[in-house]
Amino acid sequence: MCLGIPGQIIEITDVQKKLAIVNIGGVKRQINIACIVDEQHPTESCVGDWVLVHVGFALNRINEQEAAETLQLLQELIK
Amino acid sequence: MKYVDEFREPEKAKALLHEIEKLCQKLAQPIKIMEVCGGHTHSIFKYGIEEILPDVVELIHGPGCPVCVMPRGRLDDAIAIAQNPNVILTTFGDTMRVPGSKTNLLEARAKGADIRMVYSPLDSLQIVKENPNKEVVFFALGFETTAPSTALTILQAAADNIHNFSMFCNHVLVIPALKALLNNPDLQLDGFIGPGHVSTIIGTEPYQFIAQQYHKPIVISGFEPLDIFQSIWMLLQQLVENRCEVENQYNRLVEKTGNHVALAAINKVFAVRENFEWRGLGDIPNSGLKIRPEYAQFDAECKFTLPNLKVADHKACQCGEILKGVLKPWQCKVFGTACTPETPIGTCMVSSEGACAAYYKYGRFSKVVQKTMPEKAKVKV
Ligand code: SF4
Repeated sequence: MCLGIPGQIIEITDVQKKLAIVNIGGVKRQINIACIVDEQHPTESCVGDWVLVHVGFALNRINEQEAAETLQLLQELIK
Repeated sequence: MKYVDEFREPEKAKALLHEIEKLCQKLAQPIKIMEVCGGHTHSIFKYGIEEILPDVVELIHGPGCPVCVMPRGRLDDAIAIAQNPNVILTTFGDTMRVPGSKTNLLEARAKGADIRMVYSPLDSLQIVKENPNKEVVFFALGFETTAPSTALTILQAAADNIHNFSMFCNHVLVIPALKALLNNPDLQLDGFIGPGHVSTIIGTEPYQFIAQQYHKPIVISGFEPLDIFQSIWMLLQQLVENRCEVENQYNRLVEKTGNHVALAAINKVFAVRENFEWRGLGDIPNSGLKIRPEYAQFDAECKFTLPNLKVADHKACQCGEILKGVLKPWQCKVFGTACTPETPIGTCMVSSEGACAAYYKYGRFSKVVQKTMPEKAKVKV
């Protein structure tokens, strides 16, 4: 039920209703991005952001730096 | 796929497993870890994680599958709404097979009820526009992960001035359920793998009581294999070093205080119910959400007269013991015989996130089952 899948916002389709097109592994889908929009992140600025998509909504923005750091830490374990 | 494939890399998984094995040697006794979320249960079985963990680490599959905890009485209410000739009931596909006391939504649909599966609650508003003379009711369920989407759907319906839409709200909350579990004397756990996607909404702060009052470690975890291995590794570090803290493995998505916009939407539309019944676990105080009186026009519980009955679970069903982690699925008498994913008796067999369905599909012959199952029963399954 709580499944989420990463996708990248490629286009804003409705600024007022906060709708956007995301690319999820090559499949394009319209989702609602209201939950990731605030004063610091106006709707128009969200293009290019990676988000986690759940039942047609962006649950949260993926922090690309944190993701890279986690992977770096795991890389160091291999050595 | 980005942010998926990198977290499945076998080399890193091997390295993590090696670290896990090293720490396990320092353990004084075997440990039990509960993954709270059904999404984790699903990943653990799909990737065979339980199989490759050292024997001293036992995973207990907790109550974090909202479909599995839906009581029969609430299903009966949903079916009663759907049987209304003027109603179109919309719902997530997961709910179709959940057994009510007499029937399920799939059968109700076969008998003529207009029940439609949707991908998103917002799809209901499209159906509303196409059917102005019908009442469209969305059967809402899910944890805090899903509640923002239904709250925003109601706010959208209010903004669009829609009159023929309502919601049958069955949202449940993770924290009260964890409290109820921790207060259960049967339960013996050494730590928790915390629900990643619930936590993108609520943050890591609400889990502090687990470390502070119950002195158990918890690591909020993502859902890919590396996420789960890393979380188990972090939990083991805490246990070996005698620490109990709330740690966050899933920091690419989870922040300390959660998602403020989503929380504000939930609080605007929903209020906490004094009590909500969980299948197998019974009434848990403050564990469900209801629609606030300001939005009563969108509340199916106000618009319809519902049977609203409490129905005891099926006699044979031991879902409650499974959800509490007291029994393993194959220890239920009807597992794999009378109760299968095609004909589920209990809800743990309905959703692929339920422990019984996961064992049925992936784990029936696993080492974990073979280790603990009595000789006679092995043949039966
Ligand atoms: S096997 Fe079926 S009846 Fe038994 S606990 Fe699992 S879901 Fe419930």
